Amino acid sequence: MSAAETLHSSVQTNAPPAISLAGVNKWFGALHVLRDINLDIALGERVVVCGPSGSGKSTMIRCINRLEEHQQGKIIVDGIELSDDLKSLDAIRREVGMVFQSFNLFPHLTILENCTLAPIWVRKMPKKEAEALAMEYLERVRIPEQAAKYPGQLSGGQQQRVAIARALCMKPKIMLFDEPTSALDPEMIKEVLDTMVMLAETGMTMICVTHEMGFARQVADRVVFMDRGEIVETGEPTTLFENPQTERLQLFLSQILRGH
Amino acid sequence: MSITTDSLPVAPRLAPALSVGWLGWVRANLFSSWLNSLVTIALAYFIVKYAIGFVDWAFVNAIWSVPNDAAGRPDTSSCRDNKGLGACWAVINEKHRFMLFGTYPYEQHWRPAVVCVLFVGLFIISAMRRFWRWELALIWAAVLTVIAVLMWGGVLGMPYVPQERWGGLPITLILATFGLAFAFPLAILVALGRRSKLPAIKALCVLYVELIRGVPLISLLFMASVMFPLFLPEGMNIDKLLRAQIAIILFAGAYLAEVVRGGLQALSKGQYEAAEALGLSYWQKTGFIILPQALRLVIPPLVNTFIGFFKDTSLVLIIGIFDLLTAGKTAIIEPMWQGFAVEVYVTIGLIYFVFCFAMSQYSAKLESELNHGRRR
Amino acid sequence: MSDTAIDPRYGTKPPKRPLRLSWGDERVRGIVYQILVVGIVGSIAYWLFSNTMHNLEVRRIATGWGFLEREAGLPIAEFLIPYDPTDTYLRALQVGVLNTLKVAVIGIVLATILGTILGVLKLSKNWLVSRVVGAYIEIVRDLPLLLQLLFWYALLQGLPGPRQAIHPATGVFLSNRGLKLPFFEWEGPHSWALLLVVIGAIATFFYRRAARAKQMADGQPRAIWPAATVMMLVVPLGAWYGMGAPFTPDIPALRGFNFQGGLTVSPEFFALLLGLTLYTAGFIAEIVRAGILSVSQGQWEAAEALGLPRGRVMNLVVLPQALRVIIPPMTSQFLNITKNSSLAVAIGYQDIVSIANTTLNQTGQAIEGIAIIMVVYLTISLSISLFMNWYNSKIALVER
Repeated sequence: MSAAETLHSSVQTNAPPAISLAGVNKWFGALHVLRDINLDIALGERVVVCGPSGSGKSTMIRCINRLEEHQQGKIIVDGIELSDDLKSLDAIRREVGMVFQSFNLFPHLTILENCTLAPIWVRKMPKKEAEALAMEYLERVRIPEQAAKYPGQLSGGQQQRVAIARALCMKPKIMLFDEPTSALDPEMIKEVLDTMVMLAETGMTMICVTHEMGFARQVADRVVFMDRGEIVETGEPTTLFENPQTERLQLFLSQILRGH
Repeated sequence: MSITTDSLPVAPRLAPALSVGWLGWVRANLFSSWLNSLVTIALAYFIVKYAIGFVDWAFVNAIWSVPNDAAGRPDTSSCRDNKGLGACWAVINEKHRFMLFGTYPYEQHWRPAVVCVLFVGLFIISAMRRFWRWELALIWAAVLTVIAVLMWGGVLGMPYVPQERWGGLPITLILATFGLAFAFPLAILVALGRRSKLPAIKALCVLYVELIRGVPLISLLFMASVMFPLFLPEGMNIDKLLRAQIAIILFAGAYLAEVVRGGLQALSKGQYEAAEALGLSYWQKTGFIILPQALRLVIPPLVNTFIGFFKDTSLVLIIGIFDLLTAGKTAIIEPMWQGFAVEVYVTIGLIYFVFCFAMSQYSAKLESELNHGRRR
Repeated sequence: MSDTAIDPRYGTKPPKRPLRLSWGDERVRGIVYQILVVGIVGSIAYWLFSNTMHNLEVRRIATGWGFLEREAGLPIAEFLIPYDPTDTYLRALQVGVLNTLKVAVIGIVLATILGTILGVLKLSKNWLVSRVVGAYIEIVRDLPLLLQLLFWYALLQGLPGPRQAIHPATGVFLSNRGLKLPFFEWEGPHSWALLLVVIGAIATFFYRRAARAKQMADGQPRAIWPAATVMMLVVPLGAWYGMGAPFTPDIPALRGFNFQGGLTVSPEFFALLLGLTLYTAGFIAEIVRAGILSVSQGQWEAAEALGLPRGRVMNLVVLPQALRVIIPPMTSQFLNITKNSSLAVAIGYQDIVSIANTTLNQTGQAIEGIAIIMVVYLTISLSISLFMNWYNSKIALVER
């Protein structure tokens, strides 16, 4: 039984791809960190990117909302090509939400203010409307009672859930997750993963960089394995994990599974 | 269904030529945008222009020595004619001994010179980590005694030189170093007292620190030079240098106390608790566990505070004590050397700069080392 | 969990322990130590005090504050309030305090502006810019302030005399008698215009609050600068124009050996201001730089990822956090400028230290003189400290 059947596939196959990377290359100084990346992600697709550290997976998704700049190749997000043009960049960032490994909540603002900041100043929403929207998403991530508190007063798991709600308040079409649970204590990982599964059930296009293989099995339509800057293997989770074709993926899986 | 790429990895390619190596560095750091390129070019132009102007003034057109006139005194007319075009380093040539050692007897100049070298040696030893134990206090006591003996003389065949004739760089070093040496234990006691649970002791320490930090050093120096004689019984006399030294010690003590207090606060509570759980008394705990760690934590700010004092010793010029800056200022009082203040101040500035820059580089290096160690 | 019943932990109080009169009781030891320390300090203080009383008598030095009413006979070159040597010592000291405040306040404003610019420049990606600024900061921080003041004063005194003054623009003259700037006759309408500018500034502040509230209500941001320009520029100018637009320029002109007219910046004040500003700006630059660096890169990225443009990221996310780190050490630099202005006595600018020093030399009353100096500075320091503590507790980041 395919694990992807646990979640209704929401992939819209006839629409143009939500994200398209073509021939993307990036160097950090002399180090060639992304090598000829070609990847198309359809709207509604859920992709998990995994690989050993240093493989370039975080760099790749940070290129998608231009937190990193690529030197060669084309990246097209939501029909707009990524370039130096500030206006198109703002347009892209409005439709792409991101959740970071270190949460990056704004410590001088309350939880509610963290969530309403961007809707008020970017989408020009009235404050009351923004607050109602924020409370709606805070309820969805199951911490509405913390709205008046400050990030410093919350646990790691709660902070990360707020970070997810904050990104969702901009109603993005695509959500990027950069190792969202790697900085959490083990007992808090589940609450964040449950939130992400709930998000996946709504049909959101998601790209997750993570080591949580159980999550990949449950949610992913596709898993992309990267090593040393290039995409080595992609495929459905069950087939990829049970039948790795390349030696590098076999090595990686043996290292991951050894921990369990 | 699994899609794979070729099993042979794609060979890493060279980065685009303009983004690596020194060319890449220049492009990224100096010419990364139109504005940046413009600024770089403009700045480079001005730097080169003023550098050439300075080299012309300081070296090419400078006069290094002046001849003596009929009366055997220096004839500075050539320097005066050159004013504005070139520096008159002749004033340094003539006066450097005076600027460095003041009115100390000429043949005995080796003694203050050795004293300065001893001070530098003391600083260097204190800077080396392997000497960071309580024994360092003994080394300080020994070296400072030798310095005192050398300056005063009167023993071992060295003629006695009264304090009024001391001057220049040794006075600056003495004020700064003896100041630190005595202020440091005072600061530790005050910092511990400020954290004490006994209200009277805490109040006294707070009063001392806040009073001293609220007033400028000049007022304390005035107090020392004008009021201290009133505080003492008739007949008891302390000379001016000692009075200024006491004022500097009191001043330094308050600022150092705050730095040490910062270290005591930064130390994790677990250390205090572990020491108590072992059954150590207050002074054992403080001396063996707390202070060694707390002091190590705040060595960079301690060095920065010392740099501040070193510079502040120059204020004794205002109460008439002959330190390095006073010596410089006095050197150009003679009518023939008047008007060459810039050359003198540049030279004296260079001496101060060498000391302070060395200390600030040391403190920066130390800070980065300590941070690396902590980020394990 | 029942929330109507009171938590039983809040009802009872701990028993009081009686004081055991033995050395083993920690509290007894504490009391003994305190009595000991206070006793020692007190006896030393008493000894010093009795010596002082005795010495004052023997040397026939007067005590008390009566000298404040006496005629000062002290010439003062610059004064903000009217003064002449027949005024009392009290008046002279007041002039001194105002002179100190004048150089301190202007110095604080200039040093903050220069220091902030330098601090931001040092973070520039342009290697040349950041190194040049770094060299400036290092030089200024590694030289004694007194040396720098003497240097600038020597430079200014080395300038040519008024007859050969440097003349970069109409009415601007730089000579060894100071800087002369063109000004105009100050009349009634000018005071009104100035008052209207101040009122306009306050009005702009309130207008900004109202505009922000409206934005919260309907989401549309409103530009403030049109209204601000009207309130702070157009209205005052209009008022001045309406009252006859008086403007008689007062250009300095060489008469005899010096200039008459215009605004004078004395070489002493200029050297002091220049030295203090350049010196403190170096320290402020480092503080500003550390403050901006203290905001982690992640904050920038999260805010930009939300789609906020760079200007808003700075205003809404980075600056509020950076200011929390910048303001405490910045205030201590403000205190330093105020205390360092006391070096004026070395270059002849008559601030409170200089005037009090002359007073105590003339009257012989050293204790009162130095007490006046210390009280003035302590008042300034303690007020700034109090404000700092209040401000810090107000903006502290709330944590567990």
